[in-house]
Amino acid sequence: MRDVAVVAFAQTRHTREDAGLSETELILPVIDEVKERTGLTRFGFTCSGSCDYLAGAPFSFVSALDAIGAWPPISESHVEMDAAWALYEAWVRLQHGDVDTALVYGFGKSSLGDLREIMTLQLDPYYLAPLGLDQVSYAALQAAAVDADRELLDGIVRRSRADGRANPYAPDLPEPDVADGPVAPLRAADLPPITDGAAAVVLAAGDAARELCERPAYVRGIAHRVEPHYLGMRDLGRSVSAADAARAAGVGKGPVEVAELHAQFPHEEVVLREALGLGGDTVVNPSGGPLAANPVMATGLIRVGEAARRVLDGSARRAVAHAANGPCLQHNLVTVLEA
Amino acid sequence: MNRCAVIGVGQTRYTTKRRDVSIAGLVREAALRALEDAGLTFKDIDAVVVGKAPDLFEGVMMPESYLADALGAAGKPVTRVHTAGSVGGSTALVGASLIQGGVHDRVLVVAFEKQSESNATWALSTHLPFSASLVVGAGGYFAPHIREYMRRSGAPAHIGTLVAVKDRLNALKNPYAHLRIPGIDQAMVESTPMLWEPIRYLETCPSSDGACALVLASEDKVTGTPAWVHGAAMRSEPIFRAGRDTVSPQAGKDCAADVYRQAGVCDPRRDIDVAEVYVPFSWYEPMWLENLGFAAEGEGWKLTESGATALDGDIPWNASGGVLSSNPIGASGLIRFAEAALQVRGMAGEHQVDGARLALGHAYGGGAQFFAMWIVGRERP
Amino acid sequence: MPSDPLVARHVLEFPGGYTRTTGPVIGRFLTELRARRLVGVRTAEGRVLVPPLEYDPATGDPVTGEYVEVGPAGTVTASAWVREPRAAHPLDRPFAWALIRLDGADTALVHAVDAGDPRAVPPGTRVWPVWKDAPTGQITDIAYFAPEVTKIVSPVRAEYRLRAGGALRVFLEGVARGVFLGGRCARCDQVYVPYRTSCPECGGRIGEPVELPGTGVITTFAINNLPDPRAPEVPFVSAYVLLDGADIPMIALIGDVPAHEVRQGMRVRAVWVPEEERTPSMANVRWFAPTGEPDMELS
Repeated sequence: MRDVAVVAFAQTRHTREDAGLSETELILPVIDEVKERTGLTRFGFTCSGSCDYLAGAPFSFVSALDAIGAWPPISESHVEMDAAWALYEAWVRLQHGDVDTALVYGFGKSSLGDLREIMTLQLDPYYLAPLGLDQVSYAALQAAAVDADRELLDGIVRRSRADGRANPYAPDLPEPDVADGPVAPLRAADLPPITDGAAAVVLAAGDAARELCERPAYVRGIAHRVEPHYLGMRDLGRSVSAADAARAAGVGKGPVEVAELHAQFPHEEVVLREALGLGGDTVVNPSGGPLAANPVMATGLIRVGEAARRVLDGSARRAVAHAANGPCLQHNLVTVLEA
Repeated sequence: MNRCAVIGVGQTRYTTKRRDVSIAGLVREAALRALEDAGLTFKDIDAVVVGKAPDLFEGVMMPESYLADALGAAGKPVTRVHTAGSVGGSTALVGASLIQGGVHDRVLVVAFEKQSESNATWALSTHLPFSASLVVGAGGYFAPHIREYMRRSGAPAHIGTLVAVKDRLNALKNPYAHLRIPGIDQAMVESTPMLWEPIRYLETCPSSDGACALVLASEDKVTGTPAWVHGAAMRSEPIFRAGRDTVSPQAGKDCAADVYRQAGVCDPRRDIDVAEVYVPFSWYEPMWLENLGFAAEGEGWKLTESGATALDGDIPWNASGGVLSSNPIGASGLIRFAEAALQVRGMAGEHQVDGARLALGHAYGGGAQFFAMWIVGRERP
Repeated sequence: MPSDPLVARHVLEFPGGYTRTTGPVIGRFLTELRARRLVGVRTAEGRVLVPPLEYDPATGDPVTGEYVEVGPAGTVTASAWVREPRAAHPLDRPFAWALIRLDGADTALVHAVDAGDPRAVPPGTRVWPVWKDAPTGQITDIAYFAPEVTKIVSPVRAEYRLRAGGALRVFLEGVARGVFLGGRCARCDQVYVPYRTSCPECGGRIGEPVELPGTGVITTFAINNLPDPRAPEVPFVSAYVLLDGADIPMIALIGDVPAHEVRQGMRVRAVWVPEEERTPSMANVRWFAPTGEPDMELS
């Protein structure tokens, strides 16, 4: 496989309320930032991730193209998935060998609608969606199946919020309390904040990576796997697909200094640590993770960016990023980044 | 870049309402036919790529999550592509990319739309507050651009009806086609009302339920009769650029130039034997003939008028009946790509173009700003 | 909260609900359900899937045609407690979501359990279906499950609250004053309207808004014969109007002229609603009407 690296990453200062910006306006600052950082204005390939139902209108990605200076016309595609999958598509495209750089971006405004209910719409439309089974409810079912120690979960939430307060891009959240959540066993503080935001990553292959960046974060492994959709037809207590993806990406081939996990609820971190085989020495979600900032459709891409940032700034030699899609960690993407 | 070939094609029949199947059942019908064509089962597949247009059509958000099980994808990577109307084509290109990049050997590509679960005009005309758009459906959007084409080219008014008739005659030879209109002729088309003048009712595409699937393989895993990918390209341009040519968008020209260069095509009319081009309104045939370099600017309508694009012409366009005869939106682009593959595999049945060796598959979407194309051939590139 | 005219509710709801065709397997299950029977389907490997699918989710292989009656009782394998039920939920009082393995099934079904108390549904709890009075063939024909002995069309709707911010707000505030605001990309020397903050061609920033006149030329148009809520009378003309001084046309309604007299190159002027009726919305522009000037030559 061709050497491909993350050479730049930018994210918005995520907000908890809609500022009324259009898609174009939301992504513009992060596009500007990665262009400035790499000195590039044109890319060999461009790919983005977003979701029409979050925006409340079809084709929400169309106007985003107006932000990136797509003239002359560009080679471009879009996934209706978290933008981490757009990064995967771009990585595959760079393997062809005919282009050397790719721009990847993702954006989402979860504040416009009722995220819990919008996420019901991704469920089987015959047996699950008609029940009104919402995002917090199915997450709670998984939490019950995982049945993790409450102190362990509380520790994850406290750590995530504290790290989030140190992260200038995450909104400030208070110290968690022990208030009940809307669906037990989840507590109120186990829920990720509603967040709007965007992120962009530049990938570069071969010589271009070294030319664009002093210390590229090389993608040494990247893989994703899905598992059955129906909650009652899989073991919710673990994530077989995350473990498969981690194995395929080669997570276990070396020590993992930092892992950025797309864990929107603390029990998901417990499941993912086990699935990825992360030990106690791995620092998990130093950015605060999705429990500190969760701009849906960009959250997974931000995990890649945050993990890469540790390699780019020299604070880690080997980092892992994880992104998830679908209900209860149905679909998992794992990326191994190395100096 | 690794070589890639189409080794299996599966289609459902296209119709207004497929009342007999669930969404998963519809998608599986195409997927299982493609696997059967390739002589494979789900177990042989490394990855699945799913494409469809807006999720509002079925009211199921990101349905690849629900459909993963139905496509034998458990334990595999699944990708969902959405690039507006061009999505079917983009889905094939994303699948081919996995093979060309050396990541996988066998990829299942599926695109579908079950428009009858809601209503396409509703789903496409959902306007956000504060937006002032007066566009009603796709016809309302494209009609002014067709009018501008007629003004610039001086094309006579009956050209649109010629395409409407030609594609429906071809559809009579395609067992999967949705619109099969016995006795279709110019008078019948001209007797139908103007919906969005200058577009008449029978000059528009239908609203269909349906799915299409391809099995793609790397060179080592080719079985049966392959259609080799000779070129693949996507291009997009911003919709609100000042001075944008909406009649012949630059992105379409650039995408064609890229795919021709890869496939060694110098003169598309001479070098390509058959083209499946996304023509949802009949006037887009002459417009795309020019945009894709089959005719000089302003001359596309003359090619249509001469009969060159008919099934027995020198460069048949949409031998399958095209989008004008079957339009499950998210799948429509993939059907173009699949029909191009069927032609060079010599497996297009009654609408086979004799001796087809090189074929173009084309899709476009958004405000004619997203383009996806491939060229497939009988010989290994 | 003071009402901001630039904040609006937006509802995405297909009128009447989506019509879902079920296919043979889901249809069989729902038909049996309407008759208050629960069935699963046997996979090639011999497992019983409940709810039944056309395929084995583990392999994608078709299932066998063998239906097996299961339940009606089942065992909870996991549950979550809903303290605050939502409108779409099956119960309007606190309840549990549960994974329920019906007797004779190898997989679990997700449904609601009316248990009264979060501690009442630990794994292993035996539950029974409570049927709706008039079953219709929906998963909600089972109103809910209830612990043993002790006690009983798919609407898709998403609601949003949208705010017009950024450049759109600037533009609409201009429209509220009766002017069109555009913006010039200095690098490309092109004037964009509506006003925007970045250039679609080069991606560069666009500076302060500039006022554009309410006059322009029709570049092209469609005559619409299908009515629309925003233009209920047909035929109506939707046209691309290139405002004087702008480099990109806007789509607008054309009025005060019969549809078939509209021409490409026709000079038009915005017709604004009376000042007292104006809001920050494009509804301020009733339509564009011919000015009577000679037509312009189009390139």
